Amino acid sequence: MQLRYYIVRRLLLFIPVLFGLSIITFTVSHIVPGDPVGLAAGPGATPQEIEQLQHDYGTDKPLPEQYLTYMSNLLHGDMGRSMTSRHKVLDDLASFFPATLELVLVSMVLAIAVGIPLGMVSAVYRDRWPDQFSRIFALSSISFPRFWLAIVLQLIFAMTLGWMPVGGRFDVRQTLPRTVTGLLLVDSLLAGSLTDFLTAAKHIIMPAICQSLTVIAFTTRLLRSDVLETLQKDFVRMARSSGIPERVILFKYVLKNSMIATISTLGFLFGFALGGTVLIESVFDWPGIGLYALKSAVTLDFQPIMGITLFVGLLFSIVNLATDVVYGMVDPRIRYG
Amino acid sequence: MATQTAAVGGRAWLGRWRAENESELDEWRRGVYRFRQSTLSIVGLAAILFLIVVSITGPYWVPYPEDGTGTVHPAERFKAPDGGHLFGTDEVGRDVFTRVVLATQTSFKAGIIILVVAISIGVPLGSIAGYFGGRVNEIIMRATDIMLTVPGIFLALSITAALGPSVLNAMLALSITWWPGYARLVQAQVLSARENDYVQAARSMGASHRRIIFKHILPNIISSIIVKASLDVGFAILNLAALGFIGVGAQPPLPEWGAMIASGRRVLPQYWWYSTFPGLAMFLTVFGFNMLGDGLRDVFDPRSRR
Repeated sequence: MQLRYYIVRRLLLFIPVLFGLSIITFTVSHIVPGDPVGLAAGPGATPQEIEQLQHDYGTDKPLPEQYLTYMSNLLHGDMGRSMTSRHKVLDDLASFFPATLELVLVSMVLAIAVGIPLGMVSAVYRDRWPDQFSRIFALSSISFPRFWLAIVLQLIFAMTLGWMPVGGRFDVRQTLPRTVTGLLLVDSLLAGSLTDFLTAAKHIIMPAICQSLTVIAFTTRLLRSDVLETLQKDFVRMARSSGIPERVILFKYVLKNSMIATISTLGFLFGFALGGTVLIESVFDWPGIGLYALKSAVTLDFQPIMGITLFVGLLFSIVNLATDVVYGMVDPRIRYG
Repeated sequence: MATQTAAVGGRAWLGRWRAENESELDEWRRGVYRFRQSTLSIVGLAAILFLIVVSITGPYWVPYPEDGTGTVHPAERFKAPDGGHLFGTDEVGRDVFTRVVLATQTSFKAGIIILVVAISIGVPLGSIAGYFGGRVNEIIMRATDIMLTVPGIFLALSITAALGPSVLNAMLALSITWWPGYARLVQAQVLSARENDYVQAARSMGASHRRIIFKHILPNIISSIIVKASLDVGFAILNLAALGFIGVGAQPPLPEWGAMIASGRRVLPQYWWYSTFPGLAMFLTVFGFNMLGDGLRDVFDPRSRR
């Protein structure tokens, strides 16, 4: 019962947050000294065409009115249209989001698969060489400019060695598997095609590695300090004195207890990975939200910018809420307040 | 710094100052000792000092000072690295080494300004929210939450694009997206520091709110601000370069790492040096700040070391 109230209260809090976010983004995208309509109409547009376009997009109206129109449309599920492609923003988001989701999910799985063992190792071998190695690894992977690393990987593995494709999500010569989830790795398996799965995997591996490095670093360092803290606890000493094998203590008691704190940061890490998509997607030409945001920002296409910001804000809020709920489920000691 | 000022005032003054601040000095000495214990922090500090010297003196000793501008040397296009051009040359024949060195200044200046602006917005807002609580706290922290709902780069991207691409606008956009982190950090710390006995004592003696915040609370939480800032300078530089890379930050011919990497990327794989060296310079800078920040955290918060 308490959990349900907690979730409802948190969901209600989304409303003022997203409302505030819409005001900020709207203001930001309308302080434009540039001329988005002129940009969208192209250099050869006649004054009439520009006027028509301004009328179509409502940019000839005063700002507060434009905002109200936008919000009332939004409440009816209409996020407007892109000025350059004339596509509906909602459709664009629906078609680009799976690509970003797949990239973020794969990179987080990679991060957890590498970060947790590395964090454990460096806690167990504290201050000895495996710990120093993991410290340097973590520090240097958060220091690499991700977009530069992406280029270096492309240069080595795609351009020079030719092992990997330079970019994109799938081979243009192959037909895409039937869309079920929108995640190519899943769809290709559902369609039963191993070749498609491998093609998709080949395309995602480099962007996912670039995405995950920072997250690996954070997970490693967090888990290390959590494990070190747990190792000091009385129950560990108790278990040791009872003669329980060290391996059982580490994996059954310590890791379980330390993972809880790591789970609580998953939301933050998800946000971090999501922010990285703008750069990674642009380097690997990955057709996701980040690339969409970049293209829209550069062309001052404000309806998509608004749509993306609100969407990303909503997504991030949901992930944070989910993290807090899961956190409470795995650790019954947490009370929802 | 304070020691030097005191020395000018005369020996006696210095002695008295020392005696009065004995405990604090001791704390510092211990801090310096802990810092020196960690090799990585020393390496980080050395790297940063080296880069600061490079950024300040660079313009006086780079081999081709005129290459920092839009000069063109058609005969020198895309020369591979050799003795004359340590890092090779770019698409208009400019020396990449010169431009990488000159870009250090752009990045350091920008990184520091972004943080100064972010701190001078975030710290006062966070202290006010944490100290006064109630409705003020609610308003400030909700605004902070809103800013933190979207990964900074999305907001920074639209702000820079809207204002027009330039280093200055990129710095502005990053400052705007950076302050909420400080507001949240400071708010939480002030909230707990407020309950300390010495704050209650100051209040009971009739100290003004401003005095309590500046003289009693902030000095006690300054260390966590310093640690965050030292780590953040690197990230601010990284983000500025990211904006430059995607084309909404620094514009040519201004030497800037991100923009250079972007131009170099267009001519890969033949002319690999063009985007490789600016990237390495950036890595060195950010790595230095991260090691320094890590070391400072050990100094100020020995518990985190464990």
